[in-house]
Amino acid sequence: MTAPAAADHLDQNDPAIRAAQEARLREVWKPPSGWFFRWTDVNNNRVGVWYTLTAFAFMLFAGVLALVMRAQLAVPENDLVSANTFNQLFTLHGSMMMFLFAVPMFEAVSIILLPQLLGARDLPFPRLSAFGYWSFLIGGVFVGGSIFFNAAPDGGWFMYPPLTTRTDLSGLGADIWMLGLSFIEVSSVAAAVELIVGVLKCRPPGMRLNLMPLYAWYILVVAVMILFAFPPLIAGDVLFEMERLLGWPFFDAARGGDPLLWQHLFWIFGHPEVYIVFLPSIALFAMLIPTFAQRHLLGYPWIVLAAVGTAFLSFGLWVHHMFATGLPKISLAFFSAASEAVAIPTGIQIFVFIATLWAGRVVWSTPLLYAVGSLAIFTIGGLTGVMVAVAPFDWQAHDTYFIVAHLHYVLIGGTLLPLFGGLYYYWPLVTGKKLSDRIGRIAFWVMFAGANLAFFPMHLSGLAGMPRRVFTYPAELGLGGLNMASTIGAYLFAGGVLLVVIDLALSPARPKGPRNPWNAGTLEWLAHPEDESWGIRSVPLIESRYPIWDQKDFVAKVDEGRFFLPDAEEGRRETIVTSVLDARPIQVARLGTPSVIPMLTAIALGSVFILTTYHLYWLALAGGVATLACVLTWLWTGTAEIPEKPCKAIGRGLTVPLYLSGPSASGWWAMFITMLADATAFSGLVFGYYFYWTIHPDFPPPDAAGPGVFWPVAAIGLTVASWGATVVAREVHARGGVAVARALLRFGVMATLASLAAGLAGPWTTGLDPNSHVYPAIVWVLAIWTAAHAGIGAICQSYTLARSLAGRMTPEYDADLRNITVYMHFLALTALVAYCTIGLFPEVAS
Amino acid sequence: MRRWRQRAHRKVRGLSVTLWTLIVPPTTWAGHFLFSYLWAALMCAKVGEFARFPTLFAVGTVVALVIILAAGRIAQIQAHMEGDAAPHDSGTEIDRLRFLAMATLLLAGLSFIGVIFTALPVLFLTDCR
Ligand code: HEM
Ligand SMILES: [Cu+2]
Repeated sequence: MTAPAAADHLDQNDPAIRAAQEARLREVWKPPSGWFFRWTDVNNNRVGVWYTLTAFAFMLFAGVLALVMRAQLAVPENDLVSANTFNQLFTLHGSMMMFLFAVPMFEAVSIILLPQLLGARDLPFPRLSAFGYWSFLIGGVFVGGSIFFNAAPDGGWFMYPPLTTRTDLSGLGADIWMLGLSFIEVSSVAAAVELIVGVLKCRPPGMRLNLMPLYAWYILVVAVMILFAFPPLIAGDVLFEMERLLGWPFFDAARGGDPLLWQHLFWIFGHPEVYIVFLPSIALFAMLIPTFAQRHLLGYPWIVLAAVGTAFLSFGLWVHHMFATGLPKISLAFFSAASEAVAIPTGIQIFVFIATLWAGRVVWSTPLLYAVGSLAIFTIGGLTGVMVAVAPFDWQAHDTYFIVAHLHYVLIGGTLLPLFGGLYYYWPLVTGKKLSDRIGRIAFWVMFAGANLAFFPMHLSGLAGMPRRVFTYPAELGLGGLNMASTIGAYLFAGGVLLVVIDLALSPARPKGPRNPWNAGTLEWLAHPEDESWGIRSVPLIESRYPIWDQKDFVAKVDEGRFFLPDAEEGRRETIVTSVLDARPIQVARLGTPSVIPMLTAIALGSVFILTTYHLYWLALAGGVATLACVLTWLWTGTAEIPEKPCKAIGRGLTVPLYLSGPSASGWWAMFITMLADATAFSGLVFGYYFYWTIHPDFPPPDAAGPGVFWPVAAIGLTVASWGATVVAREVHARGGVAVARALLRFGVMATLASLAAGLAGPWTTGLDPNSHVYPAIVWVLAIWTAAHAGIGAICQSYTLARSLAGRMTPEYDADLRNITVYMHFLALTALVAYCTIGLFPEVAS
Repeated sequence: MRRWRQRAHRKVRGLSVTLWTLIVPPTTWAGHFLFSYLWAALMCAKVGEFARFPTLFAVGTVVALVIILAAGRIAQIQAHMEGDAAPHDSGTEIDRLRFLAMATLLLAGLSFIGVIFTALPVLFLTDCR
């Protein structure tokens, strides 16, 4: 075979040339096969499907747990399950629904849809998605499986201490919850990074911000929310496990701690979480409503306003879950105000949808039925939400079944049913086959009736005084009838879900349907029933929000490879990287290929969390080392590869580079975004320190000996020196001073390690005992966190040095150095805040 | 006066908008919210009371409102620049700019309401109970 000509000189009219291109693309994108190696695939359209199915399975499992609960509660004084089992049931049900279904489902669906929506071959970091998936599977099975060993967590899905931190009151379950779910939070953040960079950098040429499909806007917003919401919980998890495993008294009031700190950290995560699981459903509506109204969505900027506005406001609501904790009323009032304000953007979105339907010619399809029906249910939940956001009402309803009713109306109407609607809408995109409209409609009405029958009576039983989380109730309360109704409704609902499952199971036997069966206008419907693994035949030039409707011969042009990147001449998986605002092509990125490394990394990291649960610290340490080895191998072999030529023609007379570094590159963004999440977790810990300061009249305690001023200041000095060396190294290196840059990096490694030692020396030399009181404990945590980050910083610097020595980084190709500089910025900031807090603040405060 | 206004408008239209400028109004809301929360928490925990409607809080609120208004005004001017043909959703430079400006303007409106909402309780509550 002769070398194919560059894309520019090809004649796309020649069928032979097109066939040759297709053969090359097919070869490059061929999924791995074999009973084991098929699981090493990293292509989003495989990983996304695994992800979705797994989350769906977890949902069914958590649903079965709910059915057991409802059976127990059907009649008064029932003894189907014990109180202990019941505690495990509701805790696992709630935790799995939230952490293993609602959030991962959003990420899973987005991993499938996003590349299609953006006309990209794949997301920028396919291996990262695979890593996220394997982490999710391992962590999910670990947490969910615990119930078969009678070891499931039993403290409720928000795990309030002190019940859960006292090891005499709660068993292994609490550790399983903390560590298993922390692991899953890590994978959620990984997926969020992937999705954000995908939306910002992998749009097709011409898709400026104002042409982006609304689903992509929502993905961006929700992923950013995950980035700021999950880290405080991770910080909380760290403190929590320190208390459980080592006895450091963060939440123990007897030794200066405070259980309320956990509630703050949990709900700073927990309330945005509600919107994290709700906005993606709205996003699905924003895709399917225009299709079935057969017109553009009205009020595009209004939807963006609503998404961004909700995201912000949702971070000002957390205390409304703590109305009953005795905080000053003025604080409650602030949060009450924000809670009422958030109704505005939510309402706007719904009005935009109604207006669009009004203005269009509506096709009453099954997905639309789900959309409208779920909005009805959601609205009821929203109304009771406004009720409980009023503090005095909440004091009456708190911890009763009224709350259970409210949260299920919101979650079923806002997450579950919309996802079923999305399932009916997008199933043809994934499989090429439609689901049965008849079964879908019947299932909908069964679920609709079931949900209302199950959850409406709970409002009443709640107001009549039935507390939540009780395993049974006395007959004299007279709540038997309402509870029986709820139970019947729950089983009816389950029947509806079963119908959907049957419909799915029948799908493989059905024939393939037409392409774009709903006659939609957005890019993802380019997908062909006889799908190829390459994602899209050629990356289109976008001129409209609904290119399939508006751009002439659009589908044919894509299929005939008349747009960009129609070929894979070099036998590499590639996609186009564009600029953030205006989607100008700036790079062809080489993508990761199937590999076992993501899976191995997930296993290694999982082992750290799981082994720690069982207090096998040495083995966990070994797992940590294995994780580090995996990550370094992954980075070394799979990232910042120097291309064989600087540029590449992508068709239509355009030539773009194959390598980018600095703020225009996707790797740089991934680092920046990851560090934002990291800094957020850190600020959760710092919040802890100042929280203790506000609640104690004398904090730091007058008799506290450490950590002194000297060592913290020394640590700051050393970190800043190391940071400076790295920044100068970057600049000198870019100008060709390789030897100087290497010397600076060597110095940097030494300085970072010295800062690590100095940081720990403060609390160490002054003999702070973290078990004695919360003050030394929080000082130690801040020092350890910063020192650990310094350790990683030293590894980053050494890695970059090694890359340079191995000839994998040159002044022209310097992504590694630019990326670790981002890390060093954040390290310097962390050190500054941490050491000023522990070293200098006590001087100021006293 | 008129001339001066026109010149100011031209300047404003030349300002570049990005995703970062889009979030200026809601970030201001967030900053004000955090400020209010910390202010109340510190006053109540450390001072033991807050005098009704104290200056610090008022100043913070006014600053936040002014920033939001300024961002909103800039966005308003930009959103009403001469655009391409209606409905202003083509893939052109100017329509992209108008879109971002419009979204910023709407966010400024929401943030303004948000700040007012946050400030209101201080008018009505007088102590730390
Ligand atoms: C057929 C559908 C469902 C039924 C019958 C059901 C039933 C229940 C029951 C009986 C409880 C325990 C209430 C208590 O004892 O206090 C509960 C709690 C909960 N459910 Fe569901 N549920 C369903 C679907 C969902 C969905 C889809 C989600 C989220 C996406 C969800 C999230 C939760 C949460 C967060 C809790 C609180 C757990 C706790 O108190 O710690 N549920 N549910
Ligand atoms: Cu909430």
